[in-house]
Amino acid sequence: MITVRVQTEFFDVGAELTPLEKLGGGAVASFTGIARQDGDVVAIELEHFPGMTEASLRKLAEQATERWNLLGATVIHRIGRIEVGESIVFVATCSDHRAEALAACSYLIDRLKTDAPFWKKEHREDGRADWVEAKASDNARAEDWG
Amino acid sequence: MQFVYFASVREAIGRDSEEFELPHDVATVTQCLDWLAESSAQHKTAFADRAKLRFALDQQMVQGDADISGAKELAIFPPVTGG
Repeated sequence: MITVRVQTEFFDVGAELTPLEKLGGGAVASFTGIARQDGDVVAIELEHFPGMTEASLRKLAEQATERWNLLGATVIHRIGRIEVGESIVFVATCSDHRAEALAACSYLIDRLKTDAPFWKKEHREDGRADWVEAKASDNARAEDWG
Repeated sequence: MQFVYFASVREAIGRDSEEFELPHDVATVTQCLDWLAESSAQHKTAFADRAKLRFALDQQMVQGDADISGAKELAIFPPVTGG
């Protein structure tokens, strides 16, 4: 069971975990990414490539499902303006045992950061706004998965 | 061919998409950029630092040497920063 959504609305982590918990597996792992408090940043704004984004997230979920024999995978990414402290992204996986669920969850968020067409802009207290530069460390983490 | 731009590339060019009839000798993504860069000062600025550009041909990520023949859309954007 693969669920992929790109949305402006908030998501409810508990509600998103419930369907994965009912798939008959023994393990559900999840990751929630939150707009971090960072200096004078008040909000971030997320732009994406409609169509390609959903397809690339689905492809990653399919790859993870095959590699770790998952029973289910969910990827939700918010777009638009997100205030500091709000959730941005949610990844969850279900498998028979914990090792596969945890590894697949980690894989999905690492690869999402380098493969899915999203761009972040940081809005600051004084009204300035700058595009976030891609991090070499994110590329290295994604490449570690092969 | 339809060109679509995102993030800093979109802002530098001042629009999110446009359509051009390409000359027949433009065969790769890099050649598209060379040709587009001549169309305005904004395009030239947007494509100045090629190491900071990424491309998708018909929504598939490709490198600069990719063949554009048969493709309907080329997206040009900076490295992605989601998650």
